[in-house]
Parts: sequence; C-alpha cells; structure tokens
Amino acid sequence: MEYMPEFTVARPSSLAELVAARRANPGAHLLAGGTDLVANIRRGIVAPEHLIELTHVAELQGIAETSSGGLRIGAGVTLAALIEDERVEATFPVVVEAAHAVAAASHREVATLGGNLCLDTRCVYYNQSEWWRAANDYCLKHRGKICHVAPKGDHCFAAFSGDLAPALMVLGATVEIASADGKTRRCALPDIYTDDGLAHLRLTADDCLLAIDLTPPEPGLRTGYAKARVRGAIDFPLAGVAVALRRCGADLAELRVALTGTNSCPLLIEGTRDLVGAPLDADTLERLVGLLPKQIQPMSSTFTPPGYRRKVIANLTRTLTSRMFDEAA
Amino acid sequence: MAKEILQLTVNGQPREDAVAGNLLLIDYLREVVGLTGTKMGCDGGECGACTVLVDGRPRLSCLTLAASSAGRQVETIEGCARGGRMSHLQQAFHEKLGSQCGYCTPGMIMAAEGLVRRTPAPTQAQIRQALGGNICRCTGYVKIIESVEAAAAESAA
Ligand SMILES: Cc1cc2nc3c(=O)[nH]c(=O)nc-3n(C[C@H](O)[C@H](O)[C@H](O)COP(=O)(O)OP(=O)(O)OC[C@H]3O[C@@H](n4cnc5c(N)ncnc54)[C@H](O)[C@@H]3O)c2cc1C
Ligand code: FES
Ligand code: FES
Repeated sequence: MEYMPEFTVARPSSLAELVAARRANPGAHLLAGGTDLVANIRRGIVAPEHLIELTHVAELQGIAETSSGGLRIGAGVTLAALIEDERVEATFPVVVEAAHAVAAASHREVATLGGNLCLDTRCVYYNQSEWWRAANDYCLKHRGKICHVAPKGDHCFAAFSGDLAPALMVLGATVEIASADGKTRRCALPDIYTDDGLAHLRLTADDCLLAIDLTPPEPGLRTGYAKARVRGAIDFPLAGVAVALRRCGADLAELRVALTGTNSCPLLIEGTRDLVGAPLDADTLERLVGLLPKQIQPMSSTFTPPGYRRKVIANLTRTLTSRMFDEAA
Repeated sequence: MAKEILQLTVNGQPREDAVAGNLLLIDYLREVVGLTGTKMGCDGGECGACTVLVDGRPRLSCLTLAASSAGRQVETIEGCARGGRMSHLQQAFHEKLGSQCGYCTPGMIMAAEGLVRRTPAPTQAQIRQALGGNICRCTGYVKIIESVEAAAAESAA
C-alpha cells in the first residue's frame, strides 16, 4: 500500500459551495475531523480520489436554541465544543456524558458529531494494516470474499461503535440532511441506519448530515450512558447503553433504551413501552433484559467474545436503568 | 501530484511552502520543516506521540492534513524552550523521570502544554483526562503525571 494515496481536497465554506464541490468531484468522501477517515485511509481500507473538507462549511457549525426551546447542533460541531457547551450540559447531559466517552481528549478536539454518527463500522479483521489484512486474504468488507466472523454467510457483521448515536436516540433526536442539490430533509435518527456492516448508513453517497435537532426533554426525564471498553481512557465501546426514563410516583412512566457496539447499527430497543405503568422491580428489569437477546447480535468482531458482550450488555442495561429509576425518585 | 501553497506559522515563524494535498501535518513538520521532534508512533490515532498544538489546542498531527492547518499557529516540542532554557514541563519531565526512551515525550509534553495553558493548576483527574490518548511503553504513567503536576506547581510559584 502507498502510505497515503493521492487525492484532491476541496474546502468549501458554505453549503452552496459544498454542493458545487460534490458535483465537480463525484464519489468524493466527506472529511470532518478525520479521526476515523484519515486513520482508515492510512490503513488502506478507504482510498478516496477526492475529499471534501467540511470544517469551513458555515451551515454545519454552531449550537443554536430552537423556537421550541430545544437545540440544533451542527454536524460539524466538535465533541470538545459539545462537552464545553453549558446549554447542552444543562438540558441534555447524556449527550455530554456520551461525548466524553469518545476516544481521548486530543481526538475530541477535532472529532465531530457528524463524523461520530457516520462512523464506519468496525471489526478486528477490518481495522488492521494492509499486510495484516493481505495475510488473511482480506475480508468481505474490503477486497475479500469471506467474512471471517461468519465464514459461511454472505453478510458483514462489522459493528457500529459510535457512542453518541444511542444517547441521541433516547432523546428522540431528528437529523437534518442535505442532498446533492442542496435541498434539506429531516428524519428520525434511527432511520439513517440499517443493520448491515457493509453499508450501515441509509444516506446516499451525496447526502451530508447538516445538524441534529433535539426538542426539550419531558419534565422529569432522567438520562444516562454506560459503556464497556478495554482501556477506560481511549477505546471504542465493546457495548454502550443509553437510557432515558420518567417516573410517576412508584411507577415507571416512560422508558427508552438504545445500544451501540452490538450490531452494525445503533439500536433503539423495541418493546420498552410494555414495561411502563408498573414499578421497576426485579421482575420488570428481567423483562427489560429479556427484550435484548432477540434484538442484538454481537459477533466475534472485537477482541472479546460475543458471549461476554451479551452478558455485559445485559448488566449495563440492568444497572443503568435501575440507577436512573432510583435517581428519578 | 499537484501542490498548493500552504501559509501557516510554525513555532512563531510564518512559513510558506508548496505541499501536496495528501501530505500529513506530521510529515510536513518532519520532512519539509525539518522538525523531527514530533514522533510517529502508530498507524493512525492510537498513541498520541505525534501530538502538536494547533491554535493552542492539542492535535494529532498524524491524522491531520498539512493543508488543513492553513492560517493556523502550529507549535511543536521544538518551540517549548525559550532562550536555551527548557520549559517548566520539559524541566519537570527531566527531573521527575517522566521520560525514559523519550519517544512518547514530545507528544506527552505537547498534550500537557495544551492542558496547562487553559487550566494552569490542573487536578490529577484533569491530567489523566488530557493525557488519556498518549501511550508510553516504558516510563509508566505515574512519573508522567507527577511531572505534569510538578511543572504546574513550578509555574504557579
Ligand atoms: C484511538 C481511537 C479511539 C476512538 N474511540 C472512539 C470511541 O470510543 N467512541 C467513538 O464513538 N469513536 C471513537 N473513535 C472514532 C472517532 O474518533 C469518532 O467517532 C469521531 O467522532 C469521528 O468524527 P470525525 O469528525 O473525526 O469523523 P471523520 O473521520 O472525519 O469522518 C468519519 C466518517 O463520517 C463521514 N462524515 C463526517 N461528517 C459527515 C457529515 N456531516 N455528513 C455525512 N457524513 C459525514 C466521513 O465521510 C467518514 O466516512 C476513535 C478513534 C480513534 C483513532
Ligand atoms: S502517531 Fe499519531 S496517534 Fe500515533
Ligand atoms: S518514555 Fe519510552 S515510550 Fe514513553
């Protein structure tokens, strides 16, 4: 592999210029903080001919209060800026908590919200150097014919490992997307994902994430994020869980749970609504944990075995939900 | 490959160089400017050895395109000493044995420099946070953290 392949870089300063740059450079990759993309280019798993750097696109910047009292967070906002923003901390502390759990401080200086949500899926057989992958005949996700995680199938099980998506999902975030012609559309955050390690984003090659919109949280909403990783200071999640719940007296009034690291996309767990209207006792907690096995699919895509991650996910979900419920009292 | 003119400031000196679009900031600093103090320790983003300051904040120069630093102030380990005297951080790493082979040290010191500029009296937790992405294979982190604490105390004195 060449150390760095040759590519051109465009640096638009507005959405209109971004649209023009995309038209002039079909197939260009968007470069935000580069903490995922440049590492992948250096490993030879992405070889773009053109890059479009988003840093100067004005429409992607800034955190603004919306008329509904929520926040619009530009996709180009860095995680360091997100963590330092008092409005985000005051209104959506789970976003700050999850942002804090991403990589290390020096990555967060440039790592962006958009890059975090559009992070490539990861696997021990994929995020390796060229010679490592070549020695293994590559893999289904890049240049190879088989998935080493599930050699008999034709599916890629690389895992989505971004920390912010579950935190935003339990808050009911919506995304603003700009398409090739510069027109914008909105959808719920879970709708941009699909559970396929080869192509986990439902965005087209010409789409660009513009911003995340958060409406004000329901009064009394408690939120939290918990993550398991190999090294506490820096690593991607082996599993991450975000919880948002409300309590009405002794009863659970609302519950949303979202996961990362378990599948090729972040998951908003289905069925939690059936648990509300009763206290969060041991039985309800087991029913909650019982929802997980059918929805999650951790595979041997990390250094830890899937069985371990299944246990970790169940434990993180159980302890975080129960802590949030107690704190909501 | 087509080159473009990059204007920026390195350790206070304005520069103008013709660089290729795919040139990384670390290679620009080491190969074009000749400042080899900044080290490459991994294949991208894993170790922190390449940490420099861009506009006063830590940046992994191995994941940064040189041209993305246009118009910015870049600082490397070579810019820390003043008039032949080591900075408080450099002196403390020397005295407190925060450095053994020294390979990680430029990155450690630049990440710590970024911290103490904004937080002159950091807590141990803040030091651990700031250096979380910097890996050392010999010294052990206790001596490194003690070095940053000593430097901050010296600066406050
Ligand atoms: C050592 C190390 C540890 C890490 N640990 C973690 C971790 O614990 N948790 C975690 O979540 N991440 C982790 N990361 C990954 C990464 O640092 C973060 O996910 C970061 O937020 C990515 O953002 P970026 O701006 O750097 O993205 P980039 O690398 O610039 O982009 C990532 C991808 O998103 C696309 N993209 C970027 N912006 C947009 C947009 N606006 N619209 C559409 N597509 C876009 C790019 O084209 C690219 O495909 C780690 C990385 C390293 C090197
Ligand atoms: S060389 Fe930059 S992080 Fe290792
Ligand atoms: S002193 Fe040798 S790697 Fe840190």
